Amino acid sequence: MLELIDGYPKYMRESIEKVEETREERLKTSVPPMSAEEREKILKKFHPDYREDSRRRLRVGPNAGDLVYHEVADILEARPLVDPKEIDLSTVDYEVDVLIIGGGGAGTVAAIFAYYEGISPENILIATKLRHGDANSMMAEGGIQCADSEDDSPVLHFIDTIGGGHFANKPELVKALVFDAPLILRWHEELGVMYDRNDTGHFIENPGGGTCRKRLHSAKDYTGMEIMRVIRDEARNIGIPVLEFSPAIELLTDESGAVSGALLMNLETNEYIVVRSKATVLATGGFGRLHLQGYPTTNHYGATADGLVLAYRVGAKLRDMETAQYHPTGAAYPEAIVGQLITEKVRGMGAMPVNAEGEAFVYPLEPRDVESAAIIRECYERGKGVKTPTGMVGVWLDTPMIDEIHGEGTIRKHFSAIWRLVARFGIDITKDPILVFPTLHYQNGGVEIDENGWTGIEGLFAGGEVTGGVHGKNRLMGNSLLDYNVFGRRAGISAARHAKRSSFRELTLRHVERFNRMLDEAGLKEDKRAPILLPDYRGERVLARSLKIRI
Amino acid sequence: MIKMEERMVRIYVMGKEYRVPAGLTILKATEYAGYRFIRGCGCRGGFCGACGTLYRKEGDYKLYTALACQTIVEDGMYLVQLPFVPAPKAIYDIEKLKPFGEVVLSFYPEVARCVGCNTCTKTCPQEIEVMEFIQAVKRGDLERASELSFDCIQCGLCAARCPAEIKHYHVAQLVRRLYGKYLAKHSEPLKKRLREIEKSSYEKEVDELMRMSQEDLKRIYYSREIKV
Repeated sequence: MLELIDGYPKYMRESIEKVEETREERLKTSVPPMSAEEREKILKKFHPDYREDSRRRLRVGPNAGDLVYHEVADILEARPLVDPKEIDLSTVDYEVDVLIIGGGGAGTVAAIFAYYEGISPENILIATKLRHGDANSMMAEGGIQCADSEDDSPVLHFIDTIGGGHFANKPELVKALVFDAPLILRWHEELGVMYDRNDTGHFIENPGGGTCRKRLHSAKDYTGMEIMRVIRDEARNIGIPVLEFSPAIELLTDESGAVSGALLMNLETNEYIVVRSKATVLATGGFGRLHLQGYPTTNHYGATADGLVLAYRVGAKLRDMETAQYHPTGAAYPEAIVGQLITEKVRGMGAMPVNAEGEAFVYPLEPRDVESAAIIRECYERGKGVKTPTGMVGVWLDTPMIDEIHGEGTIRKHFSAIWRLVARFGIDITKDPILVFPTLHYQNGGVEIDENGWTGIEGLFAGGEVTGGVHGKNRLMGNSLLDYNVFGRRAGISAARHAKRSSFRELTLRHVERFNRMLDEAGLKEDKRAPILLPDYRGERVLARSLKIRI
Repeated sequence: MIKMEERMVRIYVMGKEYRVPAGLTILKATEYAGYRFIRGCGCRGGFCGACGTLYRKEGDYKLYTALACQTIVEDGMYLVQLPFVPAPKAIYDIEKLKPFGEVVLSFYPEVARCVGCNTCTKTCPQEIEVMEFIQAVKRGDLERASELSFDCIQCGLCAARCPAEIKHYHVAQLVRRLYGKYLAKHSEPLKKRLREIEKSSYEKEVDELMRMSQEDLKRIYYSREIKV
């Protein structure tokens, strides 16, 4: 057994000593930000998005010909879970004005705003795969962007977001994002979200990667959890019904192709559930648990991109799916927490990425893709990473700098989640740095929507990580919490308005039959099925001996 | 960390023995043993409270609590998960409440039954001073109660073990919302920015950017002043 000294083996301690030696000097200087040319060069060479073998062109569906990650193509080109002939749609289990698929941030906000828009709670239904609030929204640590300070403006927020997204964002969505931000923060204040504030009551704000002002509002490093638990509490007080452990496995459509409801599956009893709705909001989140390129992920257990599959089969168009966000600083050590998020707020408050020799090698607040590429270069081209006992390579994130800059106690006060995460393994981040490496974090693209959250398919709206366009090809820190609030709200309002002027439609799975024929015609014979609903992490030995007997 | 192949340990999932690699979390070890979670697994990162776990160790009288995703297996652990706690939440209209301890007690009168046994604190996998929190509520000190309970991930283990039948995590949710809404000062600059946006103050400038060529946008982006 390897001997550990305050959480680290001796050989890693030797590298930490070098980090300590250069700390004082590094507190006075910083590597400058990269130019446009430097950014482009490093991304092309080191970012997983630019690897030739990571992606392929889709062979069927609305985005046929588009380049996507293999893991995404696999589920978009997969066979449905059910045979339409075996499903009886004549018995409807739930009939509601607004059906919301997904009980994370976007879905909960959509439900609340559908209610504000005049839909009574019993005419709303949230169907979700796990529990209400089980979502990436709960796990966001660092903050939410809102340009509300004197020296900041929605115009600067717009420019930062577009530049960070490589100018590929859908501009009208970015406009909605930055203009709605203050309204969302005010709504949170009125609900009682406990943001970090200074003595005047204004927010304590930090910079994030790629922001030109301090614009990140946080609630310690539990920002996502604090917002999520408050809006969930509000939805419960309103009395919005939630069907837990009941993910959608298909949408339902009428003759014209309009979405008329959804087919759910009770994960615990295996029975199917038929829901008829006048308007449906897709809020199923992202794809981290697909482990693109074998990367570990920060994401929730349920982040399997089900919504992309469902939307694609009814003909919704996707966009910006050729990229994925790798968060620059996932934990690389200890093994038990590899891939877990070390929030960007750590860098926002002064901690610097440092290599094995104790050298700074990148401006700490580049946009995430650039920062990640620089860390990959340091580890694999320059060979200046630190190898863990299990073979991971990473660089140091010099957390003790935070207390050096802001005073003793700052880490304990502002980073209780991260402090706790590694303290469980005997590491004290006020004294020692943590080892990090990029980890799969966010689905930049997704179902295309307009500024009202409409997908272009009659009756189908969407909000949050399942959608694309807001972030272009790379999301900035703090824009995802904002995204799910802004577009959850807009989708909820649009769905409510749509429901008020619509009637119930026929329920069919014709689009699934059509999709099956399309796969046949394209000669796709693989028996892969989707949505996959949950990843399977059972041990190899067990899986190899698993019997297919139903009891 | 220890190399996975190096050492195996015995765990008992609801009494049944499995041999799993040392160094795994309880969650990953249970999966290694062949279990596939539907309940009892959420964020896998210590934020959601889905994987609350009770365990005892061989030769040790104590009942321990943990988050399965944040705790490393030890040889001889007897494990059971508690993925759900039946603990009803009070229903209220936050707009109609006042930020006083009595208001909290009116929704959760059992808070007054606290016998000070400190089981809640010993149970909390987040190491929150739960009993201190309950005392602060009883004193009507909602600010202190909000601070003390802030890191609560609502796993419900405290409520499952409390002899006074207190639903600490629900109480704490109400307390924090009262504090955040009524007692914390709100931001004036935010209200000012909101009024500006209502008057469309920035509309023209953003619309101009939206009409701009990508080249011009790039120039503006790369030459913008960074003040952080």
